[in-house]
Amino acid sequence: MSKYTVNEQGFYGNYGGAYIPEILYKTVEDLKKAYEPIIESEEFKKEYHALLKDYVGRPSPLYYAKRMSEKYGCQLYLKREDLNHTGAHKINNALGQILLAKKMGKTRIIAETGAGQHGVATATACALMDMPCTVYMGALDVQRQHVNVERMKMLGATVHPVESGNKTLKDGTNEAIRDWCCNPSDTFYIIGSTVGPHPYPEMVARLQSVISEEIKWQLQEKIGRDYPDYLMACVGGGSNAAGTIYHYLDDERVKIILGEAGGLGVDTDKTAASMQVGTLGILHGSRIKLMQTEDGQIIEPYSISAGLDYPGTGPLHCNLYETGRAQVLPANDDEALRAAFELTRMEGIIPALESAHALALLPKVASQFKKDDVVVLTVSGRGDKDLDTYLSHQSEISL
Amino acid sequence: MNKINKLFSDNKDSKLLSLYFCAGCPTLEGTGDIIKTLERRGINMIEVGVPFSDPMADGPVIQAAATKALKNGMSLRKLFSQLKAIKDEVNIPLILMGYLNVMMQYGFENFFKTCQECGVSGAIIPDLPFDDYLELKPIADKYDIRIIMLITPETSEERIRFIDDNTDGFIYMVSSASTTGAQKSFDEAKQEYFQRINGMNLRNPRMIGFGISNKQTLESSQQNAAGAIIGSKFVQLLDNANGNADKAMDDLYDALSK
Repeated sequence: MSKYTVNEQGFYGNYGGAYIPEILYKTVEDLKKAYEPIIESEEFKKEYHALLKDYVGRPSPLYYAKRMSEKYGCQLYLKREDLNHTGAHKINNALGQILLAKKMGKTRIIAETGAGQHGVATATACALMDMPCTVYMGALDVQRQHVNVERMKMLGATVHPVESGNKTLKDGTNEAIRDWCCNPSDTFYIIGSTVGPHPYPEMVARLQSVISEEIKWQLQEKIGRDYPDYLMACVGGGSNAAGTIYHYLDDERVKIILGEAGGLGVDTDKTAASMQVGTLGILHGSRIKLMQTEDGQIIEPYSISAGLDYPGTGPLHCNLYETGRAQVLPANDDEALRAAFELTRMEGIIPALESAHALALLPKVASQFKKDDVVVLTVSGRGDKDLDTYLSHQSEISL
Repeated sequence: MNKINKLFSDNKDSKLLSLYFCAGCPTLEGTGDIIKTLERRGINMIEVGVPFSDPMADGPVIQAAATKALKNGMSLRKLFSQLKAIKDEVNIPLILMGYLNVMMQYGFENFFKTCQECGVSGAIIPDLPFDDYLELKPIADKYDIRIIMLITPETSEERIRFIDDNTDGFIYMVSSASTTGAQKSFDEAKQEYFQRINGMNLRNPRMIGFGISNKQTLESSQQNAAGAIIGSKFVQLLDNANGNADKAMDDLYDALSK
């Protein structure tokens, strides 16, 4: 048993648990009992891996970024989750959970989404499996990510713009939980990140762990050893980071560096860097580090990236941060924008704004690297959805 | 004796009515007046909502009330000071209803202690897991505060027994798989659920809440339990009456007669 994975009570150290209304107790308990035997079954594995290979296009390439390696004085490999079907790592989890939902006899799917990537992935999985799909999305995000909204609709999903709160990911999640409270027996809630009540954080991490499973054998093939010196990823709720590090959690040879959204700066009130500025609290069923007032009211997060705009981070990551297993650094809006343009110009890859928060850490941590150090950085998604933002900030970027 | 226990032991046969309102909505300073008015108008118990920014078990009406209350400047601290000021004028039991995070930040021991100092008799925390309840119960007991737990149509018989064995005061029976909010009628499935629970002969009295807004839903609840709890409907009426609790009570009694 890894010391960094979840314990039987659903906790990662001091974080996690299942703080849910009684109406959801049975549903969550059923899921807790059912998910492990199902995802460990040969039947599930066969079906899931066939979909990952033929439908998603896995394995995703592990690409040696030569020019960036030279610039940052290391051997930089990019794990190309942006090349997956639907454009991000989110599809790995959505397909796994929808197979699980079917095997549990659920007939209706709901999801929350921020940037829309998880919503698109879920709507895609629902189209594939012929299941009705309802996606809750903050009204502000609906505006910011309208192309993804149109994709979801084209895929047959119903998109509910949520007008409460700051109209972003947190509010979409509240609304999805409300729907779930009203329809606990027939509805499966596909959570898109390593957040929510136990067993969601662990389940999502496991369904994303295909990322690090592939990194292992891909590194073996490329460099003759199956581990890097550093793993890097961005972290909002935490799913692509969880997938990137899952099989290396106990391998202390591998250092973990995660980038969270600094917004306009962690010393301003416009930030989403919950590990830097958060305190212990409970939101969406989980005890995590949370941006909140002294009175326990949740503070609306801010980030240029809709996918990182969440006031907390999953319990796995909170524990990794607290125990020192992972280094977590903020990347501000301007740093992420600059990093996105840099990758585009140097390697010909337009990353998602979320992923750019991992790339933006390279200049900050390069002094830690030795030239031979192998660094694997996950590019969690592609930047097509962010083109409007990139174009409107283009003039500010000097490379 | 705790006022909640006293209420139920004194009223074994009568049909009780409890109301919920969100502290700080529609006006910041209305708390004391609303509570006193409700007692004067014959309400048996009051749930005072502690607003939270992300009330995931609540429907749109109570969520909107919480948002408004927070905007008005309501906080748990402020609420306690308002309750303390009217402590000696209130005879019916008061229960604070709010989410775990707000109480956690206040500090659990401090929370129960202050409840006692302000004349509060119980707390309802919808996202408090049962294991955590068992940890908090000794602290609440120390200050004679009852933590009220909920059961729903999804709760298994075994779990209901377990909750009944480990709680004191009353059991909050959620009428249906839903968030809070008014419903037009209670259908057969609900009646069946009410009767099933009735047949279990639980130790604790039960109050039925969620969805009660008219004569049919009220009578159905009062027939199948010690009484009914009305939340969203009253919150709406109070808001419509701009915080005039007497006017809201007139409108509520009117709605409940139809």
